[in-house]
Amino acid sequence: MFSKWLMNYEETAAVILFCIGFSMMLFNRNLIKKIIGMDMMDSSIYLFLASQGYIEGHKAPIVTGGVQSTEAYINPIPSGLVLTGIVVAVSVSALMMALSIRLYHRYHTLDLDKIVALTGREEA
Amino acid sequence: MTLVQNFPALCILLTLVCAVLTSVLKRRSAAVVTGMVLVINLVLNIMALMYTLKTGESYVYRMGHFPAPWGNELRVGVLETGTASVLLLVVLLSYLGAYRRSMQKIEPTKYNLYGVMVDLCVLSLQALIYTNDLFTAYVFLEISTLAASGLIMAKQTGRSLVAGVRYMIMNLLGSSLFLLGVVILYSITGHLLMTPIHDAVAQLAASGEYQIPLDVTVALISVGLGMKSAMYPFEKWVPAAYSNSTATSSALLSSVVSKGYIFLLIKIYVRTIGMPVIESLGITDVIFVFGAAGMIVGSVAALRVRTVRMMIAYSSVAQIGYIFLAIGLGTMEGMMVALWHLLAHAATKSMLFISSAEMDEASGGTHLRKDVQGAFYRSPLAAFAFSLGAANLVGLPLLSVFVTKFMLGQTAVAVGGRHMAATLICLTISTLLNLGYFMSTAMSLYVHDGETGSRRKPDHLVRLSLAGFLALNLVLGFCAAPVYQTLLSGFAVFG
Repeated sequence: MFSKWLMNYEETAAVILFCIGFSMMLFNRNLIKKIIGMDMMDSSIYLFLASQGYIEGHKAPIVTGGVQSTEAYINPIPSGLVLTGIVVAVSVSALMMALSIRLYHRYHTLDLDKIVALTGREEA
Repeated sequence: MTLVQNFPALCILLTLVCAVLTSVLKRRSAAVVTGMVLVINLVLNIMALMYTLKTGESYVYRMGHFPAPWGNELRVGVLETGTASVLLLVVLLSYLGAYRRSMQKIEPTKYNLYGVMVDLCVLSLQALIYTNDLFTAYVFLEISTLAASGLIMAKQTGRSLVAGVRYMIMNLLGSSLFLLGVVILYSITGHLLMTPIHDAVAQLAASGEYQIPLDVTVALISVGLGMKSAMYPFEKWVPAAYSNSTATSSALLSSVVSKGYIFLLIKIYVRTIGMPVIESLGITDVIFVFGAAGMIVGSVAALRVRTVRMMIAYSSVAQIGYIFLAIGLGTMEGMMVALWHLLAHAATKSMLFISSAEMDEASGGTHLRKDVQGAFYRSPLAAFAFSLGAANLVGLPLLSVFVTKFMLGQTAVAVGGRHMAATLICLTISTLLNLGYFMSTAMSLYVHDGETGSRRKPDHLVRLSLAGFLALNLVLGFCAAPVYQTLLSGFAVFG
């Protein structure tokens, strides 16, 4: 079992990173750390995807030197998916960061629990 | 290919273009364009529904130049067009019903952006319903999350901002789990299109290969989409999100956004993985337990709140529980009941949100003791619509949720064993709890204590919206048999 994990070390690393990111996003109270956790999760999935598309000895899927054979290149689909995923992740991170800045300006803290408590007091 | 067959793709593209256009328009023009987009989408989807009803078959619409299994495609059938038509009608009625209130609550310079969010919600809803590609589904899940969080935060109060952040955190966790599930599925099948994945999964199941990755995939996708659609125990974001946003936002979130995710989950179970494999994995038992718990916990929480909007928000958790309980039965009949309740709940819950917003305006608040009493004398149409919605969710015969409860019981009896006992017990307890909070509130609307306040005449858009909702709910209830049969015929060509 352990040897299988070692053999597929990219996937193993991706899953470990995903779990770290997931825990960070779920349990950490600091908004910036939550965003870092979210980015770690996304990056771990891209690592997983990239490792699925990689073929030992093959080149990046950009036609160079007139070589047209698919045998010369790695699988381009995971690379395309990673690119799309990065675009999505950047948008989400940007929105989360903008929100964090907004909340910080309003409540002078990045601790989500404290912010929730302050909104309660504000309402009262 | 006939012109009508292009309509689902055209709707998606049109909404996308209008979302961009709306962002540069002024407030009133943006509102008009958004309304027009909703009407056009609804009409085109109804035409596509008529076409699929006539042919009785579903068809694949290729997006771009590459055929399956490489390219991207939409799949259009009676079930997809029917669901899209009903949900789009709900969006339109919700948009009209709270149009004036939204105008008041949202900063004038930001209203065009609110229109963009509504457009993006509609866009992602249709894409989730029609897409046959799992990665496309992921992209639109994220667009839907961004748009929905924008809708929650539109009021820009401290509470709405926090509710938006909490919504985003839970939904992004769900999206990441879903994406990981899709990536693992791609790594073991080599496909992203649903139909080729189905064939590959059937082969894997027959050979016994990659059993653990397959289990993990289904679990990740189920939990991911469950988190996004407020399945218990991932429903913590619901009360704040629904009660601190505008009435249109609440109606859209509860009736449309979460329903798109559930539709996708059913599509993945039925069309992508296949019901025989799903049954063998046992994930449906976990969903069954979560659904049953949601039915009870949501209703108990709804009994303890002080405002109508919070009560409706917690009731959504209970109603989503019904849908997951039906999915958890693990049969095709269960999936069909889930789909039916998806539509019935969408139509009813939006009506409740819009009518409670109107009663709020007439009474100056929605506190269950202080404000709601005698609301019928201040706002008769809204109070009547609320009462009908409440009676529907309790399960009054001849209305649509009664059909859900009846079919759910019947399906559970057919399944038998522990599932039958648990379903019948949960249905009974949940119905009694529904009766406890909904009927007591509905009855208090008609209490005349001498001081009922002045009667408020709703504007014509609110009247149109509430009349539309009443008609939709009555049609779903009184014409349940033909509508259910139509959906059933769509379900036959869904997989």
